Amino acid sequence: MAILIDSDTKVICQGFTGKQASYHMERAIAYGTKVVGGVVPGKGGRRHLGLPVFDSVAEAVAATGANASAVFVPPASAGDALIEAIDAGLPLVVCVTERIPVLDMVRVKRRLEGSATRLIGPNSQGILSPGRCKIGVMPAHLERPGKVGIASRSASLTSEVIEQISAQRLGQSTSIGIGGDPVHGVGFVDCLELFFQDPGTDCVVLLGEIGGSDEEEAAAYLKANKARKPVVAYVAGLHAPTERRMGHAGTVNVFGQGGAAEKIEALRSAGVSVATSAAEIGQTVRQALRAA
Amino acid sequence: MNLHEYQAKELLSRYGVPSPKARLVRSVEEAAGAARDLGGASWAVKAQIHAGLRHDAGGVRMVSSPEAARAAAEDLLDRPLVTPQTGPKGKLVRSVYIEQAVGAARELYLAVLVDRSRGRVSLIAAREGGNDIEGRMAAAPGEMLRLVADPEAGLDEAAAGDLAARLGLDGAARGQAVDIMKAIVKAFGDLDASLIEINPLALTNDGQLTALDVKMVLDDNALFRHQDLAVLRDEEELDPTELEAQRFALNYVHLDGNIGVMVNGAGLALATVDLLKQQGGEPADFMDIRPEATRGQVDEGFRLLLRNRKINAILVNIYGGGILRCDTVAEGIAAACKAEGLRVPLIVRAAGTNGELARKILKAQGIPVNFADSIGQAASMVVAAAGREAA
Repeated sequence: MAILIDSDTKVICQGFTGKQASYHMERAIAYGTKVVGGVVPGKGGRRHLGLPVFDSVAEAVAATGANASAVFVPPASAGDALIEAIDAGLPLVVCVTERIPVLDMVRVKRRLEGSATRLIGPNSQGILSPGRCKIGVMPAHLERPGKVGIASRSASLTSEVIEQISAQRLGQSTSIGIGGDPVHGVGFVDCLELFFQDPGTDCVVLLGEIGGSDEEEAAAYLKANKARKPVVAYVAGLHAPTERRMGHAGTVNVFGQGGAAEKIEALRSAGVSVATSAAEIGQTVRQALRAA
Repeated sequence: MNLHEYQAKELLSRYGVPSPKARLVRSVEEAAGAARDLGGASWAVKAQIHAGLRHDAGGVRMVSSPEAARAAAEDLLDRPLVTPQTGPKGKLVRSVYIEQAVGAARELYLAVLVDRSRGRVSLIAAREGGNDIEGRMAAAPGEMLRLVADPEAGLDEAAAGDLAARLGLDGAARGQAVDIMKAIVKAFGDLDASLIEINPLALTNDGQLTALDVKMVLDDNALFRHQDLAVLRDEEELDPTELEAQRFALNYVHLDGNIGVMVNGAGLALATVDLLKQQGGEPADFMDIRPEATRGQVDEGFRLLLRNRKINAILVNIYGGGILRCDTVAEGIAAACKAEGLRVPLIVRAAGTNGELARKILKAQGIPVNFADSIGQAASMVVAAAGREAA
């Protein structure tokens, strides 16, 4: 079992003919993802990677029955592309694009309210369910089917943790990159809810970092909800200098919120097993499953 | 992109936000004349650097004669100013803002920022501004007044009026506060800001509101649609190595330790730095190479580490994936070592896409590398190596 995607998910790609999109969608198809077409305004009617290209998301959905989109549109027009996908009623939109202006994401966020769409990202490596479906840019060779659900704010750290989980002879139900940007779609709380409902997930791993409030919100959610599965977390940035921007726009401290130590404390007090070292996340997952 | 106080005030004045009469000077000679031209009996001489908490650090001097303004400028200009936000070396003061002093009956706080958890723009206000605002708001969150603001639709007039009343303002000052709130929300949207902070917003003895200090940060990701604002970037405020790294699309932050670090991805880089610290190591930098990094960019980035004489050992931690392949990184490292020479131990952990190929390339190029199989092993190897070299 998986959350949000399965082997029947039909995927279109916005910005399909771009270099990055072509590279990654080719790999997604090879992985077994049901890619049914792409959207590039002005290029409707062409074919790319052996699939039809449409001028708009609405046309693509009408023609293919797609229920998910992978967005690779460049930052200047990515906000509009996301709004187009939301307006077309797509249930799942995965945005890989980095460096979207934050006020564009504020507009997207308003459009999401009351819509039928769940947005993953932006600045996300995507979502993958081993052996079923991959929408995004993550490496897939180490992921294997299993019962650990992963929600992460960082792509390369996710690869690190998947290696550690595989070394424990465990696999993943689904791994989701919620994205490194300050304003994003699904957060840790949404992921926890979905993983708790999923009979195929036994344990959830949250990979957080300094900045923002996803970790604090996850802690508050766990405190308020008794029925649950073991949750393991790691928060990067305990020794990051304060008041500095560290790669992601999402890691700026505002009003003392978002320090790694505070996040770790909040998660611990909510009963989460927090790995203190990035080298010990796999072991912590193993221990949490044993204790459950 | 951080702006200087004078730039922020100038931008906000276009939206009708008042601030005291002031002039920027870059030399001691201009200071006395500037004070005289501005008029009045007393002035503030304010160091213009990209860091907060200048006041307590002596970066803001109150003077009551043009001669004293000159003396204050002489004291500040061309010297580093150290505040809790600059790091121990401080920032060189290249200009001072000379401003007519204002008698303040009260000092308020006003800011607009993106509320990340709600994905909305928020206006934040407090009855009392000042340097310790963050600490006070953390201690007593109830003192922080919040209002959701939509830069496209504009601020709701009635809600803004209510907020101004809760700040203890009445009469003309209340109306003026509403105008200022509306103006900074509009400016926030127009300029693609990520922070506008007026701290303090003074209520003068004659009942007028005026912005005494302004901090403004613009969204780097939106500068493509603001060519006119891009020129406000002050490259001299950046660390020279950080500036060079930016040219090669690297995220680089200078730290004070002796272990050079190159990692792909911000999250893994933060985790690696944490691990080094936990094992007793001191990172010399935070360097995050982006997924689309080319061999040439890795080469240039690695040269920055090789040229840093404080570095006693280097750790490369790469998890290949997406479009980043370990062999690309290995080729860049080999090229940099050939060009600059490798004089310190190098520990490489290359996992994921083409990790094995990366090892082969470095061996074939004759680069003396110690390979690690895991992040934990890599960290302990480099900490031990740096310790040996420093001894």
